[in-house]
Amino acid sequence: MNLAGRSAIITGGSRGIGRAIALKLASLGADIALIYQGSREKAEATAGEIMDLGVKAIAYRCDVASFAETKETVSAIRNDFAEIEVLVNNAGITRDGLVAMMDEESWDSVMDTNLKGAFCMIRHTVPLMLRRRSGRIISISSVSGLMGNPGQANYSASKAGIIGLTKACAKELAGRGITCNAIAPGFIRTDMTKDMETADLVKAIPLGRMGTPEDVAEAAAFLALSPYITGETIRVDGGISM
Amino acid sequence: MSEQEVFKAVASTIADRIECDEASIKDDSTFRDLGIDSLDTVDLLMDLEDKLGMQIEIDQKIGTIGELVSLIASKG
Repeated sequence: MNLAGRSAIITGGSRGIGRAIALKLASLGADIALIYQGSREKAEATAGEIMDLGVKAIAYRCDVASFAETKETVSAIRNDFAEIEVLVNNAGITRDGLVAMMDEESWDSVMDTNLKGAFCMIRHTVPLMLRRRSGRIISISSVSGLMGNPGQANYSASKAGIIGLTKACAKELAGRGITCNAIAPGFIRTDMTKDMETADLVKAIPLGRMGTPEDVAEAAAFLALSPYITGETIRVDGGISM
Repeated sequence: MSEQEVFKAVASTIADRIECDEASIKDDSTFRDLGIDSLDTVDLLMDLEDKLGMQIEIDQKIGTIGELVSLIASKG
């Protein structure tokens, strides 16, 4: 079973976990619409790597927190690609700080990108999936959303919100053949975590190492191909949240 | 686009979808009576967007065919 002839949208797709998911789904034959907000060069480079796998790839610059921009972008993707089968909500940011000192902007920006961004993408993509009576929505949560993480009240709240959003959408859309699931990565080696890796942290992970973006991509591919799993959150964390 | 033209497009789209006689669809028919739930309505709107060549943004609850027709006609 593969994804040949189907299309996937991946937000935050130019680097880190999103990039690994894009490459993995492309290796299964999916055409890829990448959404990025930062570096155009990185996004174009990733799109190039994906095209080297023999599938179509286009990078779209879009702020996922904007209802209007996501609407326009999904509409552009609809024109450029065949039917959308998979949506991966991966775009995420951190603005860490103690809750007693956290400013409003740090709260709002994290909630806007991480949680509202997932809502905006689901909102504009679901009508396309409803039409086909089929779809896979995969949202990247975090073990911070399951366990809470000191210094990350905003991030933990947004990632816990992803799980609620996933379950509500799973129930709402199940009758139309659309599944919604979340992945809760633990400590994954990316630009976002590059300053966090310490010997103590690694010692706390039962599997004894930081995760890789490819570890998360395996779970995303599994969910993209699974027709009978919905409302689930899969931890990809080396066991740290047990 | 006149309400009459919109009504015709809506009625024929619905008739195709639920396989009924177009003439049986009236202004005051409710979606519920026609067996169309709110998620089906989203799907129906996308068919209508294609048919009418316009974007239809609906952020309110619509009960009857007539309400939908007025809403689309007011935007077109």
